[in-house]
Amino acid sequence: MIEFHQVFKRYEGGHEALKGVSFELPAGEMAFLTGHSGAGKSTLLKLIALMERPTRGQVILDGQNISKVKDRHIPYHRRKIGMIFQDHRLLFDRTVFDNVALPLIIAGVSDREIPKRVRAALDKVGLLSKEKQLPIQLSGGEQQRVGIARAVVNKPPLLLADEPTGNLDPELSADIMNLFAEFNQVGVSVLIASHDLALIARMRHPVITLKEGRTIRNELAEAAFDE
Amino acid sequence: MSKSNRQNTSYKISFLDRFKMAISLHKKNAANTLLDVLRHPTNSLLTILVLAIALALPTAFYVFSSNAKAISSNWSGGVQMALFLKENVSQEQRAEFIQELSFRPEFKEVVLIPKEQAIEDFKQQSGFGDALDYLDENPLPDSIILTPYENHSGAAMLEKLAQELEQNPVVDLAQLDMAWIQRYQAILEISQKVGTFVSILLAFGVLLIVGNTIRLAILNRRDEIQVIKLVGATDAFIRRPFLYTGFWYGLIAALLAALMVNIVLLLLQQPSSTLAELYNSGFSLMGLAPSQTLTLLAIGAGLGLFGAWFSVSKHLKDIQPT
Repeated sequence: MIEFHQVFKRYEGGHEALKGVSFELPAGEMAFLTGHSGAGKSTLLKLIALMERPTRGQVILDGQNISKVKDRHIPYHRRKIGMIFQDHRLLFDRTVFDNVALPLIIAGVSDREIPKRVRAALDKVGLLSKEKQLPIQLSGGEQQRVGIARAVVNKPPLLLADEPTGNLDPELSADIMNLFAEFNQVGVSVLIASHDLALIARMRHPVITLKEGRTIRNELAEAAFDE
Repeated sequence: MSKSNRQNTSYKISFLDRFKMAISLHKKNAANTLLDVLRHPTNSLLTILVLAIALALPTAFYVFSSNAKAISSNWSGGVQMALFLKENVSQEQRAEFIQELSFRPEFKEVVLIPKEQAIEDFKQQSGFGDALDYLDENPLPDSIILTPYENHSGAAMLEKLAQELEQNPVVDLAQLDMAWIQRYQAILEISQKVGTFVSILLAFGVLLIVGNTIRLAILNRRDEIQVIKLVGATDAFIRRPFLYTGFWYGLIAALLAALMVNIVLLLLQQPSSTLAELYNSGFSLMGLAPSQTLTLLAIGAGLGLFGAWFSVSKHLKDIQPT
């Protein structure tokens, strides 16, 4: 699903966020990306979503070298990826329903279809009863679930999450992670950046550990090696 | 569920559905932005008023200058030329000359005013009356009043004609009283050029005002735009509501401008017809014709749309998700 080949990213101003990262996430796999803050986790996710471009190296998504994706095609690229953020990035002047419907409206799904799909997504994250509420009326865990519903409503083959449990207590965090695992079980590839090591350990999925822009441990490669 | 049991993930969207949705999106954008403008009158009212005034000024100017042109075209239709004959011209020569003039293609009407009639008229109109009886002889010459056809009433043409007729041995003087019409037309021409220039400036003003309003709207919704870009919105999708907003601003302002101009015209209707009566003129104030109102609306909406377009293409690029 995702391949990184010797990817470097140097930001304007000289900060080198990634220094030759390579890994491969097979389709349908779920993996964690961990490391201290500043290790390059967010940068790595941003490269996949084309929020940033690599300075050097190749990022391949679904067999396609994404450095070849032109700027004006970035929106279509992003529609293949469901993204979840620590700060949820919801639109606070719109209802839960409208927030989740946004990717469908953007993709041009018909008016008849939208309510069905939005409710299916809200049902999966357990928020069907809250569709008419505004995000501000929800708890942090519920807001994150809205973010997840929005990310999956278009059924993208890949989910990227950047510290999705960053602000949540352990119990809610585990719920959120289990939700990701459920999506993974129906075939969605999932890559989650998190520094909650205890939680990650319990999830039993491969972990990629970054340190100062380098991969210091890649359980995905080890798993492949074991087989 | 096992991993071998993967379902095909992405939803498929047919071309027809895409097309239908594009239409429905346009409708929604148009309706939502209009509602937005109308629902927040305090935000938009001031902008729309400024735009309306900027559109009303050139429109009013246009209406008044076309009215002024109409007045002067009435006048040049009424231009006459007076030929004063020499004293020693005989009756036969005079008759022959009048015959000759009435055969010419330029004149609609050739009227002889013999000097006897001229003195009578003068007595009556001047109020000198009996005082003139003390004159030994009639000091006025015979004269011929010529009324040219419309297509021969151009200033330069008449000037040339007057010069030609003055060469005729029976004619003492050809008088053409149109210097003031020429002055009037020259002033009109200058004021029209100034008006055009000011209109262009005001049109630029409209572009800038709309552009700036849209710029503020874009900056206001910066976070929203970032989120929408993250979930895969194209620039066209993000641009559209702003373009509609600019369009509505321009259109509503133009409607308001048309209203303003019509109110002013309505207020001027009575005084102007009184004035026209005083001058024995059939002139009546022309308002905005429906086609001109439509042109105004189209210009307003077009300027709004363009202003928004410039602003959006300039500022949307700067907003990228982080």
